[in-house]
Formats: sequence, C-alpha cells, structure tokens
Amino acid sequence: MIYAEPKFLPAGDAALVAELGDEISPEINRRVRSLSLALEQGGIPGVFDFLPTYRSVLVFYDPLELSAAELQDGLTRLLKSPDESAESAPQVAHIPVLYGGDMGPDIGFVAQHAGVSEQEVISIHSGANYLVYMMGFSPGFAYLGGLDERLATPRLQSPRAEIPAGAVGIAEAQTGVYPVASPGGWQLIGRTPLKLFDPDREPPALLAAGDYVRFVPLDDAAQYQAIQRQVRAGEYRVAREALAE
Amino acid sequence: MIAARPALEILQPGMLTTVQDTGRYGYQRFGMPVAGAMDGFALRAANRLVGNADRAAGLEITALGPQIRLLDDFCVAIAGAAVGPLLDGEAVPMWQPVIAPAGSLLAFQAPRDGLRAYLAVAGGVAVPAVMGSRSTYIKAGIGGHEGRALAVGDVLSAYEAAGAVSARRRMPDGGVPTYGGKAELRVVLGPQNAAFTRQGVRTFLTAEYAVSIHSDRMGYRLEGPAIEHMDGADIISDGAPMGAVQVPGDGKPIILLADRGTTGGYTKIAAVITADLDKVAQAMPGGAIAFRAVSLEEARAALREREAILDAIAAPARLAVVSEGVVSDILDGGGEPVTLASAAPIAPMLRRRSGRARIDGEEFEIDIAIRRANRDAE
Repeated sequence: MIYAEPKFLPAGDAALVAELGDEISPEINRRVRSLSLALEQGGIPGVFDFLPTYRSVLVFYDPLELSAAELQDGLTRLLKSPDESAESAPQVAHIPVLYGGDMGPDIGFVAQHAGVSEQEVISIHSGANYLVYMMGFSPGFAYLGGLDERLATPRLQSPRAEIPAGAVGIAEAQTGVYPVASPGGWQLIGRTPLKLFDPDREPPALLAAGDYVRFVPLDDAAQYQAIQRQVRAGEYRVAREALAE
Repeated sequence: MIAARPALEILQPGMLTTVQDTGRYGYQRFGMPVAGAMDGFALRAANRLVGNADRAAGLEITALGPQIRLLDDFCVAIAGAAVGPLLDGEAVPMWQPVIAPAGSLLAFQAPRDGLRAYLAVAGGVAVPAVMGSRSTYIKAGIGGHEGRALAVGDVLSAYEAAGAVSARRRMPDGGVPTYGGKAELRVVLGPQNAAFTRQGVRTFLTAEYAVSIHSDRMGYRLEGPAIEHMDGADIISDGAPMGAVQVPGDGKPIILLADRGTTGGYTKIAAVITADLDKVAQAMPGGAIAFRAVSLEEARAALREREAILDAIAAPARLAVVSEGVVSDILDGGGEPVTLASAAPIAPMLRRRSGRARIDGEEFEIDIAIRRANRDAE
C-alpha cells in the first residue's frame, strides 16, 4: 500500500529515509522513481546524493546546510508537485542475450524444473518486461521484478567459483544479470555481450531504478560476437523504447 | 592544465595502504559503494595542513605503515592514528606540515593509539578520478592506484600545489583527537529502531561491545549481547549510510563503513553520528565500544565543533561559483580538461565533477556535488 503521507525516518545525522509504502509493488516503485527524478532535476540545496530502493529513497545531506526538518519539507514539496517530465513513461532497455549452450549451462535444468522445453524457457524469459526495482548488491546489479512463476528455480547446490560478467541467471523468483565477474549460485541460462557497468562511462550503469528491461534472444555466437565487438569499440547503442501501457 | 610530478615511491606497502579521498558520492544509485577515507576527519585535517582542498586524495595507512621514498621536495602531513612517523630515521611530528626533501625516506612505527593514519601531500595524490573520485574500491578494482592496494615499486605522482606552500599551518589547541580506551559512540536511533523490542533497544544502549577480528573497511562486526528483534531481522532492502548499525538475525550489531554495499536487507537500529565516525575508524579489533543515543540537534552541534577545528587550520580551499555555461574546462585527472557543453545541465548536483576549474582564465577548486552548481558565492 502507498502511504497517504510519506514516512521520514532518520538514518543518522546526514541521511534521511523517505519511505513511500509498505511493500514491493510497481506503483510504490513508480513513486520512488518520481521522487528520484525530481531530486536529480531540481534538487534541494545541501543534498549531495540519493539512493532509490524498492519503496524508499535514502537522501544524503549536509546537516550544516539544512536540518532534517527542512529537508523533510523540501521532499514533501517535491512529492506533492511531481514534475511532469518525471512522470513520463519509463524506458524499456533491450538487452541482447545468447541463451543456452556454453553461455547458459543451466538452461536444461531450468526447463526440466519448469516442465517446459528449453525453447519455451527462452520465449517465456524474453517475453516479459522486467521492472528494475533498484540497483545494489554490487556495482551495476539490477534487482528485477516480473519473472514468470514457471521459471522460478532454486539456486545451485554449490555456487560456482566464478561467473563471468554478463551472465543471465535465475535464483528462486528472481532473474538478473551479473554486471561483473563474481562467484555465485544462480542458474545460468544465457549471457549478454553488453557491459552492464563501466566505471569510465557516464552514467556508469546501463540500467537505473525505474527502467524496464526486455531480454532479446540472439540467433547465434556470430551475432553475439558482432555485438561484443561493437561494445568494445564503444559503438553499441542500447535500444530503448517507451513502455507501452 | 594541472601538472603532476612523481612524488612517492613505495618501498614497502605496509599492511593495507590505499589511495583515498572523501568518497565517491553521486553513484550509489548505480550500486557503486562510496569507499573513501574511513576517518574523513583525519584525512581532511592532513589536507588542510598542507593547503589542499578537503577532497584531495591522500594515502590511508592501516596498522603497519609503508616505507616511502620522496622523489622530490614536498610538504606532507600525517594525521590520524599515532604511528610515530620517521623521516630518514628522525621522528617527525604528526598533525602538522613537514617539509620532506627529495630522496628522504618516510617510515612509520606500529600505531600506539588508533588504527589508521593519513598521509597528505601538498597538491594531492595524482591518480585518475573515476566517477568523480580518486578513492580506491578494492573489491571491484575501481579508482585509486590501479584499483588496488599499493605494492612494492609503485610510484605515485602529486599535482602541483595550487597556492604557495606553507609549513606554518597548525591544529588549534585541543583539536588533535585521541582514540584510546572505550569508544563511546553517539548514535541517532533509526531508521528501523521500531523493529526491536524495548529490551532490545535498552541492550544496544547499555551493553559494552568489542570490535571483532572480522572487521574491515566494509564494516565492523561487534561481539556482545544480542539485540532482540520484535519480529525478525529482515526488511525490504533499503539504503545504508556510513555508520549505520545493522542488526541481522543473530542480534549481533555490525557498523557499516566506507566500503559497505549500497543496500541491505537487515534492520538498522541506529547510525553513528558524523562527528564520531573517526572513533569507529580508529577502533582496534578487541577495542570496547558503547552506544549513546543523541538527538539530531546534538549531532549537529557536535559536527559544528569538529568543523570548527578544521576551519581553524585553514579555510577550505576556495570554491568556484559555477553556473551553467560559465565553466569552460574542468581540469581533472592529471589535467585532462573536461569541456562542458554550454547546454549541459551541470546544475544537477549528481553529475559529480570535482577538481579544478578554469573560469574566465582563472583557476579554482570546485566541488559541484556538495555546493550546488548554481548557488551563490560562499
């Protein structure tokens, strides 16, 4: 449920939580996105960073420039007069994925667990728009909502020592992309040649909270490598379209 | 263009020596941890003592210090843990500027008080700014010197100092902190203090905790009485600031620090106030810690006191007033100019750029992220 009035909770003397609801839902997250965009575009003097999450925004401020009460007033104003542009339809980012084979060694297990064919895993997984509820856990990692229940699969019994950057996986009811190589226990069903996080790019992450993601199946390794070359040359542009509502 | 020249050759790296500044703010929403100095007060004091801007990068030295050869004449300052610095074998004072001649050898003794010391060099350590900061975040290999802790043979450059170098700056009387004994940390309760029983909150505020050996730049795990939750420790994941005291299911508090993950899924009972974060950074494994709740007003007064100490050393380096289209170049990362298109909305404070700007031919230190770009002059 969206709160009638936001809850403001201190997180120390230099950060304030603006909590907008009590559950994980696209509606509450939309409010989170709207407040984040307002902070980014208009801003409040003395605020030097913000961090949107599922149902709240953590706002970092300099307490010598403004008090928590003043910040609360400023945030309340931003929430009451949402910027028109901040309300525009979210973008759907298209993430090309080569499913199965060496890129997705666990797709067979996922298919078996779901009681469908591998091809159906691909069409189900690539047939939905996933909401980026928030970024966190590691640089560039997007918490995605909207995985078809049929594809929910337990984690691996024993995690892999290294999962390459770009790996697309499933863990329980979550799907996601590993932005950097790391150990992990997700069931891997494919891989994207895109760099989800690049410290030298501005902004460094391909995705932001409030975006939607659609996975687009690639035909073969040749197509994967062609995109990979474009990414390395800095020539690849992620396809984005407005979310159809 | 800001020139840089070779400054520090690492002969021995010590236990964990990294390049840090005041942190990489502005990118947490992309999942990027802030990193930065664990003891921001000591780094900023060292910077001001050598005439640097607060955000200049220095070295964070952990426990066992490095051995460093000076490659040119430099004004340096060491602040933080009492590490008994030696210049060519002679003791030199901490918390004040020291002129170190070319070829001299800087070494450190085991800390007698505190855990982390900071070495500032006039001009600031010259490493490329990544996402607006020179801080090292080792886990992802981002920032600092090649994204890692310093190693034998590394050579670091320093930028040319902006103004005349002076070794006359001093800490005000009573301004040098000591860290020994039990650290009493002032906290502001929240954001999830309501998730704990009254007894749980009482335990947190009355018990004595010990810093466990499992403590690092990400966080300090504390040993001591378990803090009782009302109904479990899980929350819908949210953001965590530096100093947040997270209490997972086992009831043992963890103070989240510079390299913390941006988000977490456990209840946070309180957060250490900014003015006391240096006491955390300087607490040794085994050190005793107690918490005391204060109001936001008390926290602000305490912070004002700390800032007054820094301001007594030197006024913060001059900040440019930047408005859209006025900045011609922002000079950063070894003097590479970043030209802002006149239409570029630099007003949003989160396009974090800092360093030096050339405005109408004159150079300034800028810090757009904290001073909003279109604000009036200081």
